[in-house]
Amino acid sequence: MKNLLQLIVRFHFTILFILIELVCLLLLVNNNNYHKTVFLNSNNAISGGIYEKVTSFSDYIRLTNINDQLSQENTLLHNLLAENFKFSADSFFFYNDSIFKQQFVYRSAKVINNSVNKQRNYITLNKGRDQGIKPEMGVVANNCVVGIVKSVSNNYSTVLSLLNSRLKISAKIKKNNHHGSLYWDGKDYRKARLTEIPSHVEINIGDTIITSSYSSIFPEGLLLGTASEVLPSSGGNFREIVILLSNDFNQLSYVDVIGDLLKNERLELEKGVEK
Amino acid sequence: MNFIVKNILRFIILVLLQVTIFNNIQLSGFINPYLYVLFILLLPFETPAWLLLFLSFLMGFSIDVFSNTIGMHASACVFMAFLRPSILNAISVRDNYESNIEQGVYVYGFSWFFKYALFLILAHHSFLFIVEVFSFSNFGDTALRILLSTIFTLTLVVTSQFIIAKK
Repeated sequence: MKNLLQLIVRFHFTILFILIELVCLLLLVNNNNYHKTVFLNSNNAISGGIYEKVTSFSDYIRLTNINDQLSQENTLLHNLLAENFKFSADSFFFYNDSIFKQQFVYRSAKVINNSVNKQRNYITLNKGRDQGIKPEMGVVANNCVVGIVKSVSNNYSTVLSLLNSRLKISAKIKKNNHHGSLYWDGKDYRKARLTEIPSHVEINIGDTIITSSYSSIFPEGLLLGTASEVLPSSGGNFREIVILLSNDFNQLSYVDVIGDLLKNERLELEKGVEK
Repeated sequence: MNFIVKNILRFIILVLLQVTIFNNIQLSGFINPYLYVLFILLLPFETPAWLLLFLSFLMGFSIDVFSNTIGMHASACVFMAFLRPSILNAISVRDNYESNIEQGVYVYGFSWFFKYALFLILAHHSFLFIVEVFSFSNFGDTALRILLSTIFTLTLVVTSQFIIAKK
């Protein structure tokens, strides 16, 4: 201890210099936008590269599972093909011409970093601005909600996971269309909570919860989860429901990023009303 | 005049001069004089090391506040203050430095002051301009800016010494 003190006294000039210089650089990086971007960009390039390496390895190990998933999805899509439907002469259909009215574009991306054990979990994807990803886009996996794109760099993007206490998603009960908002309480990564459901609404364990059309980020009808427990109403007019999430956030590997082509039109119209 | 009051006055005058006049001189983007380093050059010899670092930080920070570059000048000034004792040692005069006087040009002669100012200003400007661009690409441009600005600041510093010394 005595030696240590002597050392500090002897080199106090250098130590003080390093300390003050660190404070200066901290101030510099925090207060100047240019320096901040340079610092963060190089930082992201390094960490993004490392995460990608790690994921390429763990992906290889999980190939069997992913193959299973893909073949299941293939079967599902095969079943939807037109040839599988019998054409009866005395009926007719209206087809929505999707070429001229396409609203949602899906872009596939790979999860290269993810966490489920923090209060605010973020996901990193291996696609960014150059691949057409923009902030505020929705992210889904197997048609279940995963989160919302928060910020993008040229080749990577970070996603505010559904497992983030700052995210609230507008949701509804599929069978009776009652709306509420879904949030994560930060405890169990398989369970979220649906609030603002009026007390009189009848709810059963196992009811499906889907996204509502109120959100400008997700299309209507994406699966969120199923009701697993109805909490007793605490005297108010509303009650909370515990939702078992359909996605296993611990096993995310491939996700789809949803771009809404008509989003700006909708937001502009809604903004106009507020004026 | 008490040297503490003198240094405080010098601090204020130099900050004002820098932010009102010298910050607006930007000849072709390569020459930006930073006369305010004169304050650090002229601090008394026996200033304690910690006070030297702290005052330099304060000086740089004041300039930063006015020119909206928080941290940039401060870090360069602290770097300069860190080098000051070693440079004083390296170019020491025959006897030890006398205490309680300032190292103006009239104390140890022109050539001593010129060397002293040149090294410290070069160090300060190198640090400042490199931190400003924050990368080593296009280093030729940065080097040119460092060189030209150093020459310009040095001229100003030396000239200012002669103006004051004559009084």
